[in-house]
Amino acid sequence: MADYEVPKLNGEGYVEIPTIKPDAMAGKGPFIAKPDFQKALHFPADFQTDEQGKFELVADWKERALTKLDDLRHRYRSLQLYLDICVKCGACTDKCHYYIGTHDPKNMPVARQDLLRKVYRRYFTFAGKHFPKLVGAVDLTEEVVDDWYNYYHQCSQCRRCSVYCPYGIDTAEVSMAAREILDHIGRGSKYNNEIISKVFKVGNNLGLPQPALADTLEGLEEDVEADTGIKVRFPLDEEGAEVLLVTPSADFFAEPHVDGLMGYAKVFHEAGITWTLSSYASEGANFGMFIGSYENMRRIALRIREAAIKLKVKRIVFGECGHAWRVAYSFLNTLAGPFDFLDPKYPVPQHILEVTWGLIQDGKLVIDKSQNDDKVLTFHDSCNVARGSRMGDKPGGQFEYPRNVIKAVCNHFVDMPADTIHDATYCCGGGGGLLTDDLMELRIKGAQPRMEALKYVTEQQGVTHMAAICAICKSQFTKVIPYYGFKMEQIVSVHQLVSKALVLQRQVSVQARPDEDDDDDDNDDA
Amino acid sequence: MTFVSILYGLLFWAATLILVVGVGRRIYFYTQIPVPLKIPTTPAPITQGGVVWRMFREVVFFQSLFRANKYTWLFAFVFHMALWLVLLRHTRYFMEIGAFLSFIQPFGKYASFAMVLGLMGLLARRILVDRVRYISAPSDFLMLALLMGIALSGMLMTFVAHTDIVMVKGFFRGLITFDFSPLPASPILLLHLLLVAVLMLVFPISKLMHAPGVFLSPTRNQVDNPREKRHISKWALALEQQQKTYLDEVKHG
Repeated sequence: MADYEVPKLNGEGYVEIPTIKPDAMAGKGPFIAKPDFQKALHFPADFQTDEQGKFELVADWKERALTKLDDLRHRYRSLQLYLDICVKCGACTDKCHYYIGTHDPKNMPVARQDLLRKVYRRYFTFAGKHFPKLVGAVDLTEEVVDDWYNYYHQCSQCRRCSVYCPYGIDTAEVSMAAREILDHIGRGSKYNNEIISKVFKVGNNLGLPQPALADTLEGLEEDVEADTGIKVRFPLDEEGAEVLLVTPSADFFAEPHVDGLMGYAKVFHEAGITWTLSSYASEGANFGMFIGSYENMRRIALRIREAAIKLKVKRIVFGECGHAWRVAYSFLNTLAGPFDFLDPKYPVPQHILEVTWGLIQDGKLVIDKSQNDDKVLTFHDSCNVARGSRMGDKPGGQFEYPRNVIKAVCNHFVDMPADTIHDATYCCGGGGGLLTDDLMELRIKGAQPRMEALKYVTEQQGVTHMAAICAICKSQFTKVIPYYGFKMEQIVSVHQLVSKALVLQRQVSVQARPDEDDDDDDNDDA
Repeated sequence: MTFVSILYGLLFWAATLILVVGVGRRIYFYTQIPVPLKIPTTPAPITQGGVVWRMFREVVFFQSLFRANKYTWLFAFVFHMALWLVLLRHTRYFMEIGAFLSFIQPFGKYASFAMVLGLMGLLARRILVDRVRYISAPSDFLMLALLMGIALSGMLMTFVAHTDIVMVKGFFRGLITFDFSPLPASPILLLHLLLVAVLMLVFPISKLMHAPGVFLSPTRNQVDNPREKRHISKWALALEQQQKTYLDEVKHG
């Protein structure tokens, strides 16, 4: 573990609201994307590095930034309205995990918005044009751009602030717009834009090509068979399957994500639902949202539509991933709909937890809860699921479904303190396109409120494990909780718990291996 | 007619025009801007009726603010509710007093104290809480000062140095009916009215637009039904219809 200043936990479940420490997180921000990556995403690429290796801004950057801001405020009512109507009441000032963890006042949601709002006022409002000092309007300078780049990459777009704002002002909308402006002047973040270009090229964030993916899935089949004695399928690109599963590519190899993937496979197997992954749309995540780019987000989403058509599936199901589920649930129909070619009996798309909880309720799964008796579970509501989506047909189903499933497969479950769960949940500290090593200090500090809550239930109620339903949460937590004295094994996937407790009754998969159809020895096809 | 009365008459006509036209235009501007994505802060209502109820709780009880901070909620709620009573009471200067108006007169009178207390609470927070101080611009303080000036000058006339309210009513009725009559020559009244006119003038170009704006906020006014009903904006539809990936490839016409 590299050396970072780690906040001390008080053990009371909540972090005391800190006094402001200006410029505590001043800095350069994450690594900047090279022109090549910008080009792949259709952003201006006419900028170079200077002699010291520093990235320049594009030519006419100021004019182009203002033009983009003007464009965006006429295409997104949220942006225009939220820049105008904030009254600076301060309700949001203590709600951001990054402010709580870093004490930097520019990480207070309203102050973060102000970085853009001050420029908007200067160039687009009467008061700011004529009385800039009075309303705190500022000229757009390179220093302002540097501040944008740094602090708009200290926002995980988790929307906790929007819950508490009396007008619902959503800092995520502002930070997405700011990132889109930055992308147009040569200030894209390397982490996000490199990943998106990999999706365009290969199909997933990891750049895992079809043969590697096939190999990985075969390995997983062998692992499950070794463990259970049953050939549970992990199908790839199998035409005619009922379900297209779209899941974050971290599920293919990272821990504990992959244990969750095994859980989905077992659930499908047991329920006799044929399913497939697609190598073309082998990514549930959609980083287009993080950079606020509707066009790139749509381009990624359309791959899912194409895969669904090509593979002739009837349903689309998403695996455990937070922002992926927001894009899927809230945006997919907009971006890549209408999905009238799918089975109208099912919502499009469905969350894997909706599938699993439905099967559990229908008594289709045999569960041995005692398999998880070595654990006392708690559950981390992922920010995008909690505040940007739903499960089931009632508001708040996104809180009930994961808890119902956990309680159905585990005997011991407790919730963390009330102000840290449901729609008051804290981001893990790594969401919104910040899950990169060059932002490690921010990620550790941003995790503080969740760590405080976890420590509390650990000490007071003997919690041993925290379950999550988001690839980013899982990666972030396994990486940062050791700094707070926890062990990375304490983070589990919800479907990992399902996997453990599910007693497989079905000996033979309903879905034959395509290459096994001709085999004599183990042709299970009935 | 005195010079001052003519000046104030013109001022109030202008202020009213700017307030009504300015706010109206601004609201129209907002409604014309697309909302390309479904972004209600969830859990959100899944019916239109549910959205109305959510908005009602938001604008009447300041529900989100209540969850956020009890002090800010208390001061803001007291101020806004008192302001409503005071405003209602003031309609007597424009129209005939019915049973309801005369019933609320005393409430409106004493609500002014609550209004000032609320404003003082908000000001105290702005000065004393380091986070709120950090985000405050001079205009944020001035807005509170303006409202306090209006409230205090009004209270002076109600409780200390009475002015000829029959004449005041005559003046405003005159502005409406074009049957002009002068204002009483009271400095406090003139100050009170001047500050009110300033408030009306800055309304459309300031954060006071939060009042109509909250109704148009997508995170609060959208129905949570993206899977059931396809939501798409005009500019996004153009991408789809012309089978383009990026907006600068779309042809307009």
